[in-house]
Amino acid sequence: MGALEAKKIHVGYSQHLIIEDLSITIPAQKITTIIGPNGCGKSTLIKTLARILKTKAGTVYLDGKEIHNLDTREVARKMAVLPQTAQAPGGLTVFELVSYGRFPHRSSMGMLKAEDYDYIHWAIEVTGLGDLKDRSISALSGGQRQRVWIAVALAQGTDILVLDEPTTYLDLAHQLEILLLLERLNKAENRTIVMVLHDLNHASRFSDYLIAMKDGKVIKEGTPSDVMTCEVLREVFNIDAQLAPCPFSAHPICFSYQLCKDVEYVYR
Amino acid sequence: MEAQQQLQRVKETARPVIGLWIIGGGWVALLGACVLAVSLGAADIDFKTVWSAVFQFNPERQEHLIIWELRLPRVIGAALVGCCFAVSGSIMQGMTRNPLADSGLLGLNAGAAFLLAVCFAFFPGLSYAYVILFSFVGAALGATIVYGIGSWSKSGLTPIRLVLAGAAVSALLSALSEGIALHFDIGQDLAFWYAGGVSGTRWSHLQVITPWFIMAMIVAMILSRSITILSLGEEVAIGLGEKTGRVKLIGAVVVLVLAGAAVSVVGAVSFVGLIVPHLSRKLVGYDYRWIIPASAVLGAWLVVLADLAARLINPPYETPIGALIALLGVPFFLYMARKGGKLS
Repeated sequence: MGALEAKKIHVGYSQHLIIEDLSITIPAQKITTIIGPNGCGKSTLIKTLARILKTKAGTVYLDGKEIHNLDTREVARKMAVLPQTAQAPGGLTVFELVSYGRFPHRSSMGMLKAEDYDYIHWAIEVTGLGDLKDRSISALSGGQRQRVWIAVALAQGTDILVLDEPTTYLDLAHQLEILLLLERLNKAENRTIVMVLHDLNHASRFSDYLIAMKDGKVIKEGTPSDVMTCEVLREVFNIDAQLAPCPFSAHPICFSYQLCKDVEYVYR
Repeated sequence: MEAQQQLQRVKETARPVIGLWIIGGGWVALLGACVLAVSLGAADIDFKTVWSAVFQFNPERQEHLIIWELRLPRVIGAALVGCCFAVSGSIMQGMTRNPLADSGLLGLNAGAAFLLAVCFAFFPGLSYAYVILFSFVGAALGATIVYGIGSWSKSGLTPIRLVLAGAAVSALLSALSEGIALHFDIGQDLAFWYAGGVSGTRWSHLQVITPWFIMAMIVAMILSRSITILSLGEEVAIGLGEKTGRVKLIGAVVVLVLAGAAVSVVGAVSFVGLIVPHLSRKLVGYDYRWIIPASAVLGAWLVVLADLAARLINPPYETPIGALIALLGVPFFLYMARKGGKLS
């Protein structure tokens, strides 16, 4: 049984269905990354898994239970979500914003307990925000803000993390820091991580499981070696990729690529 | 070590401490403003007489009668109206992340005033306990039309677009109200709502709106933490396990009750709900558990003083309170609009 499962889901905005009849299983305690071209529905899929979008048909299961029948606060204690376009009121301090990650755990009085402080401080430390703790959000760079939002999700202290493009706005080193942090959370604490990444090489290097999507459908899913193949990349991205094993993870990475000239031909 | 940790926590959560001072000090200042407002006016009455009127009421003294029958309900009415507008504005701003949200700017007040005109035209002599219900429904009507028009556009509900829709709808509804007033010859009755400000407030009005006000404030405070979470954005709020649909629905009802109650006393006064929440955020931070009570105090203070000014500028005539508040509100609005409607 997976940590998250989607069975025959249909999702869309008003009239237009973006995902039709899609089923996937997110393996527990693994890092799973959804890849695909712009507009392929990967964000829609991850929002649906995170119960931000409702399905028109079909069901998402969290630990085997229908997610929409569970108390949403209970879900928030098991699964944290980082939306793609999170924006906070600029005057909040880093600490204040991260402290809202404890919302699902707090009593009705809403006072922070010692345990809450531990989680908040830990989340701030591991995202490298210790020095910026009392800074207001409006004074931060895009990359720093992104790390604050990751800290909010971490402070939630959940077994499952759902992240929609956690490395956007970050420079190379910070991208890697975040991914290494997620890897550490997965390896050391067995947390389940599901994310959308644009960088194929990061996706391959850090994931145990890849889901390649196009036009709202899953084209291929499996280990990075199953998915990062010339055929799959050609079909999903219309590229001819040159692949080689990553020196750090041994998963395939793409060191260069060319647009397919014979796309039409390949499809017929 | 323990002490150091304590200190650390105080530092991290310092704004509530400041908030406590502001709200506490605010009540004292409000009380002072109220005493001042009761004693000053077309006929000045010294503080000692105010004191004795409140605590040793003597119906044979004219000054005591003025204080009891006119000034006190008026000042309390002004304070309540200020609370209502300011709290409804802060809830709207928090829930919709729209820094230009205000019951006046988004058409709620004009809607409430319109249905009040309808009520006066078709159900003259209806008891105030029922009149106020018209006001609530009218506020809902105004909000629905404005949001309906605002969401026609493809690029969605931007703060400025909503305010434009609010201005257009308010203009239309005010014109209709005036039309009704002329046709049914109830201009006299309505003038009290449009220009008279809080001068017509009587104990009987306060008796009706106070329970509504208290209920709405209690719900607002219960809801305040959820409003803070919602102010982080809908998707974040859902991710944190908030029942956003329910919070928005209850919040909207609270906003309609507060705005409707206030309009039924003072008429369609704009800008209180715009200015005060911003001021509160500057003072107490971004947590609505603090913003809402701070807005209540500051809103009350603003309207009590505005009403006092309305009486003092050109006695014995009254300057319209809406115009006085607009003197502050319009520049503030322009400043906010120039900032591009960012919530900070």
